[in-house]
Amino acid sequence: MADVIASNETILVVGAGISGLTAALEAAECGKQVILLEKNPAIGGRVSQLYRYFPKLCKPACGLEINVRRLKANPRVRLITMAEVTAIDGQAGDYTVSVHIRPRFVNENCTACGACAEVVNQEIEDTFNYNMGTVKAAYLPHNAAYPQRYLLDPSLIGSPEAQAAKAVCKYDAIDLEMQDEQLQIKAGAIIWATGWKPYDAAKIQAYGYDRFENVITSVEFERMMDKYGPTGGRLLRPSDGKEARNIAFIQCAGSRDQNHLPHCSRICCMASLKQSTYLSEQYGQDSDARASIYYIDIRVIDRFEDFYRKVQADEKVHFIKSKVASVVEDSSNGDVILHGVNTEGYHRYANHHDLCVLAIGMQPSVPASKINGGIRGDSSGFIELDINNGAIFGAGCASNALDVNRAAQSATAAALYAIQTVNRVARAEQTMIGE
Amino acid sequence: MTEPKLGAYICKGCGISERLNCDQLAQVASSEGKAAVVRQHPFLCSAAGVEMIRSDMAGQGINQVVIAACSRRAKTEAFAFDTVTTSRANLREGVIWIRPDHEDNQETTQEMAADYVRMACAEVQQMRQPGGNTETGVNKQILVVGGGISGLTAALESAAAGYHVLLVEKSAALGGWASKLYRSIPTREPYADPQDTGVELLIHRVQTDPQITVYLNSYCNRTSGAPGQFSIDISTESGATHTVNAGAIIQASGFTRYDASQLPELGYGQSPDIIDQAELERLASAAGTEGSIVRPSDQAEVKAVVFVQCAGQRSNQPGHLPYCSGFCCNAAIKQAMYFKDNNPSVDTVILYTDLRTPGNGEDFYRSAQRKGITFSKGKVTSVVPGKQGAEVFFDDLILDTQTSIQADLVVLATGQIANAGIDVEHVTSAEEPTDKTAISVLNLSYRQGPDVPQLKHGFADSHFICFPYETRRTGIYACGPVRRPMDMAQARIDATGAALKAIQAVENAVLGRAAHPRSGDLSFPSFRKEGCTQCKRCTVECPFGAIDEDENRYPLFNESRCRRCGTCMGACPVRVISFQNYSVDTVGQQIKHVEIPDEMDEKPRILILACENDAYPALDMAAHNRLSYSAWVRVIPVRCLGSVNTIWITDALNSGYDGIMLLGCKKGDNYQCHFVKGSEVAHDRMSKISDTLEQLQLEKERVAIHEVEITDIQRLPALINDYADVIEKIGMNPFKGF
Repeated sequence: MADVIASNETILVVGAGISGLTAALEAAECGKQVILLEKNPAIGGRVSQLYRYFPKLCKPACGLEINVRRLKANPRVRLITMAEVTAIDGQAGDYTVSVHIRPRFVNENCTACGACAEVVNQEIEDTFNYNMGTVKAAYLPHNAAYPQRYLLDPSLIGSPEAQAAKAVCKYDAIDLEMQDEQLQIKAGAIIWATGWKPYDAAKIQAYGYDRFENVITSVEFERMMDKYGPTGGRLLRPSDGKEARNIAFIQCAGSRDQNHLPHCSRICCMASLKQSTYLSEQYGQDSDARASIYYIDIRVIDRFEDFYRKVQADEKVHFIKSKVASVVEDSSNGDVILHGVNTEGYHRYANHHDLCVLAIGMQPSVPASKINGGIRGDSSGFIELDINNGAIFGAGCASNALDVNRAAQSATAAALYAIQTVNRVARAEQTMIGE
Repeated sequence: MTEPKLGAYICKGCGISERLNCDQLAQVASSEGKAAVVRQHPFLCSAAGVEMIRSDMAGQGINQVVIAACSRRAKTEAFAFDTVTTSRANLREGVIWIRPDHEDNQETTQEMAADYVRMACAEVQQMRQPGGNTETGVNKQILVVGGGISGLTAALESAAAGYHVLLVEKSAALGGWASKLYRSIPTREPYADPQDTGVELLIHRVQTDPQITVYLNSYCNRTSGAPGQFSIDISTESGATHTVNAGAIIQASGFTRYDASQLPELGYGQSPDIIDQAELERLASAAGTEGSIVRPSDQAEVKAVVFVQCAGQRSNQPGHLPYCSGFCCNAAIKQAMYFKDNNPSVDTVILYTDLRTPGNGEDFYRSAQRKGITFSKGKVTSVVPGKQGAEVFFDDLILDTQTSIQADLVVLATGQIANAGIDVEHVTSAEEPTDKTAISVLNLSYRQGPDVPQLKHGFADSHFICFPYETRRTGIYACGPVRRPMDMAQARIDATGAALKAIQAVENAVLGRAAHPRSGDLSFPSFRKEGCTQCKRCTVECPFGAIDEDENRYPLFNESRCRRCGTCMGACPVRVISFQNYSVDTVGQQIKHVEIPDEMDEKPRILILACENDAYPALDMAAHNRLSYSAWVRVIPVRCLGSVNTIWITDALNSGYDGIMLLGCKKGDNYQCHFVKGSEVAHDRMSKISDTLEQLQLEKERVAIHEVEITDIQRLPALINDYADVIEKIGMNPFKGF
């Protein structure tokens, strides 16, 4: 790989989740050259870990398939996976970006036949499933992974199993000598789309995420519904594998709280409403399963109101206006007990549930203060649109707590900001040639 | 024209040669598939394998390529040949990975593979390399309809990228609702105080931008054409009209405020001291930074103000808005601050059911609490006007009591109604009378109606979560509150996104290629006029309004509006519509080239037509998980179920297939079909197939249609196997061999 690639008319997109993918493809489909960096071995980001989208309850993999097809068909986008930005030099219209690429140990010869995984027994934490299970150390991250190419975990390297994997591959796709790489990329504009991460639930002491097995986060709950997820698509509680039929959802877990995240994470109300519909999907419309949503305000603005109304009509779903005070465990059976006051009428409660799902808040994966030595962001670390940021533009959840639809809007807008910069560069260069 | 010359390349890797007799497949390709060159390679997608194919293209003049290897979704980079037509025979995911490796299966597995080779050879011979639509306009100007925050932003952002903009505003001034606001909700840290709207600056920038031409007191009287070549008659109130051209259109027609006089129970219209939020902005502007806001009835300073949230919103009552307008909680906070910032002793109470200030609005909410604004969770039941001021009665939801509060001024938070124009779905379905009060925004001369289609509650497209700008009128992008209720900050982002899509639309149009979701596709529909019976099905069923009618009532294709789904092709009863690389024949010949065993062989054949975006990938993923399904099936991916022509079904039944399965996406209100109506029209067409089945005296089970999702990795094989059982039960199609 060459040391310096691209030019100052190139747009660099950092992060290939739904926002980065959208920004990269929208810009490329306007005729621009784009380099798309992804830190993980496969694209799709957080969206690829979702079971369904609200409010249509459609599958995220469907939209990703369309985007992957756009990517495959478009020679103007160059995707580099397992890559992270280490430094940015220069200014708007003329950046040089240093990129570190981790070794995959599998080259483009890979046909995804899976022979290597068959001879490897070593297991590693399955990060795609939020470490709720393990996966083989030679693996494809998930069913719809793109690039459709296996990788070896670095912990495997040097072991006899790594040699066995290499030996079994008929296509010379396994390269155990693969090294870390450094790359310098020229770009006129940078779209920063590194997305969000769930707030560290263990920091919310009163809810006991770090102490009670049956207190989980909403992103973990989401993985349970996937047939290829850690529970094979069943809502099984971690402590004893029992079916969770009486589930509590605690809203604003970390959000709207100056001790944790000052902002409202926007998505969590709709996410819990969506997840409450999983009970009917799992156990049937007429089952005795129950969802209890503990909330301060149900924030489902605009057309989402229809969805709220639909869930309100579901007898299985109960709404309790309360900021839950504490969660304790019933050590006899692993149940969780939620304590607090229902502020509608001021009733104290101590409610037993099989499982407690924390509607966990959203925070930027990379705060603005950590980008290029610090660019302008808000107090939560979301990137603001600011002239002092030069041509570094936040897109999607790097710029605000957004749902997928709004993230795609934001990414499309960011693509235009980047195009404005590279078009200015192009015009200036034409003028210079003209002179 | 160069002679077609077919090369078939059979990969022996990934276990293909261990499971299949590749020599026999090569024999099939040359003798039945008429391949001039047939080669086998141990690792076809390798550099050496691809080089072998490329050297045949250069040296032997191979211009039709069959890749008999893995799925068309795999190794796309390796097998991307731009200059020749290519077809993929899916031997890996489609055959060896979904059939158990057992001696007993060998024969049927080999038959399956041989059929896929036949099908690929048949398909590629019918395909032509698409060259892009050349009848295309090259106008790169962008027309923006509406001069509010959304329109101003769209215009400025387009111009900043180097595009000329025509901005049409129906009133005498730019600025829209924003210019009627005293202050706006803060958009920056610390999100603590109302801020200047910034609209004056936007207006100034638009007026002084040499790239933007503004038309005031004007509207679009007639809009015709297609991306790259729209023609718009801009008329003024005086009746003067002149015609302009544009490559793409941004509809930023904004909203109308809900008519509060429909809320008599809240006292609106019964006292000048009961007003809506827009009217409070006027009072606040009149008071300015120095004075205090006074109540309209007697001009006394307001000492107590009550804000009633969700007035006529989030309600099922007739005449009310069922949705939440999203901006009004923040707006009420801002307006309460108008009072508090001027005089902290003014009582400001916001009565709400859910306080909805998502994102950084939470900081604004906190700031309001610090300023002493009272928030009370209550549902207002009535507002009773007094001589001055009014009494607000409400159910206190916290104390669970009915109570009331006296106010000098009551402010109702009423909602936004989209200015989306005429609901064209109603126009085309004709039964219900259309809303007489609606005025068209675009006055499109399209056969399918004068405006962009609307969603529930009268908002303009888009229906898709991943693709907010995937509208049903190519090259026309709505933004701002016409799409969903929103505040100014959201509208500005939305408008910037719409500007990008408009720019993209003109760039695509110039090159004659498709817009999303088949972006970059260079194929386009053509039709054989001699055969056309003017039945109009194509013009009615096109989900994108791409087809008009000419003066002789023949379909008039506007290729740049076309999204290449093929619904017109599926609709055509006389099969005169086709794409260069996707036609009734590219699929029809695949169906015909499957070898149908004799009835006595008891080997049924089941045709599966699968949506290429969801059902087909699901089958691929089933294969990657080594799930198995029946060896009787032969799968053909289609662009959309909407492109399925019933002739394929009747031909298949007539030629001896025992069953046919159609696998498409969810239809109905929450449709998931990315070509909007494809799945729905397919269901409709298949319901009519039952008459044909009856005439042929065939069981209705012989044609099945299912809604599937891309994640139905386990369900799909089960569905197929169940169907194979059904077919085995009802027995062989008696038409075999005829």
